[in-house]
Amino acid sequence: MSQLTVDIKRKIYPQNGNKAAFVAIKDLRFELSSNEFVCIVGPSGCGKTTLLNIIAQLDQQFDGVIQWDNNSAEIKSSYVFQTPRLLPWRSVMENIQLANNNQNSFASMKSLLQKLGLENNLDSFPNHLSLGMQRRVALARAFCVQSDILLMDEPFVSLDQPTARKARELLLALWQEQPRCIIFVTHDLNEAIELADRVVFLSESPSSVAGDIDITIPRDKRYAKNIAAFKQQLSTSHPSLNHLI
Amino acid sequence: MTAALLNTAVLPTPFLVLENLLEATQSGELPYHLGVTLYRLAISFFLAMLLGIAIGLILGRYKKTSLFFDSWLIILLNVPALVTIILCYIWFGLVETAAIFAVVINKLPNVIVIIREGAKNLDETLIEMAKAYRFSRFQTLRHVIFPQLYPYIMASARTGLALIWKIVLVVELLGRSNGMGYQIHLFFQLFDITSILAYTVSFIVVIQLIETTILKPLDKKSQRWK
Repeated sequence: MSQLTVDIKRKIYPQNGNKAAFVAIKDLRFELSSNEFVCIVGPSGCGKTTLLNIIAQLDQQFDGVIQWDNNSAEIKSSYVFQTPRLLPWRSVMENIQLANNNQNSFASMKSLLQKLGLENNLDSFPNHLSLGMQRRVALARAFCVQSDILLMDEPFVSLDQPTARKARELLLALWQEQPRCIIFVTHDLNEAIELADRVVFLSESPSSVAGDIDITIPRDKRYAKNIAAFKQQLSTSHPSLNHLI
Repeated sequence: MTAALLNTAVLPTPFLVLENLLEATQSGELPYHLGVTLYRLAISFFLAMLLGIAIGLILGRYKKTSLFFDSWLIILLNVPALVTIILCYIWFGLVETAAIFAVVINKLPNVIVIIREGAKNLDETLIEMAKAYRFSRFQTLRHVIFPQLYPYIMASARTGLALIWKIVLVVELLGRSNGMGYQIHLFFQLFDITSILAYTVSFIVVIQLIETTILKPLDKKSQRWK
């Protein structure tokens, strides 16, 4: 079992024109065991996306380290963004193949797309698909890549309730089939409790870890009623997190 | 119609022009000079486009270089074509290279300015996505950046073609002994207006052919995804 340490001492956005320098993250530290599903919950603007960009190595201007405990192997991540971010001028299949870079066979990609209900849209252009389908393509793209960590930045916002529920079910099914670490950012605690092994709460900016809670409800019993009860219990046992619940 | 009614040497009838066009085509004179001009046009067009796209992309992506070269670009953009052409002939002699170089220099700033605007407006979120999924430099260029620059490239190609036609003819008139420009200069001295119009018609036809067989289909193909 290897463990990923995320330890960010400080992340500053430097002064830019009239905008003063801004400390986005300060002393944020948590660990992640392999194949763990962690949800990150925090007030909006607290630096959740900044955190994901740092872990994805898109942003390397920070003080601190992100590393596996056993060695200094590189962190292979895939990323599902807040918007699908598909290339509109490439077909669904081309979008996935580009990210995949010949790691997986055509057949395995096809079976993945079949599971996501996209088998009839391989040659469609993203703009011709609904938002829900575009998000599923983005999900397929992320799972097609051989990665250790999957980063997800509110991937199901602006979907209607039934579509979002279906997307969550698909995500869990794919994760159980191809396990990997998932860091899932959301502002919806219900969603977090339904999906995660563990929920990490972030404070207002400069953000740091405000709470780290294991979700003890078994995965097959995460109904609305149990989730509500869990939240109730959480707000009495951790009064400091009340504003996030 | 006015021409048909008047039927003077200054404004020949369309029939005369057509006759002249067929004659010049049959004698091989017009195809030869048109060919030479098209050859110069093609080389200088591709050179200007390639260099312009590369430089425009760099200037658009790096603000500091753009600021540094900004005033140079404005100067180049506004130096009269005639000045650069004559300077090129004086410095390099009355040779083919000088002619093509002069055309490229006239077109280049135009392409750079248009492509730079495009490069400034690239979608950063897609570039970030390409980074997150470790696209190679070439993949990013081909699949992420180039399709976004496409409308700008088409705009500069269309305006460029028009501009280059005009400049190539001036270049030929001033220092070459073949090509459309040279011929038109000759006809001017002979006051042969029928031939001048016949040559003009021939290149209107060529321009239309380029538009309908190359540019329009390219447009159509690249807009499929919209």
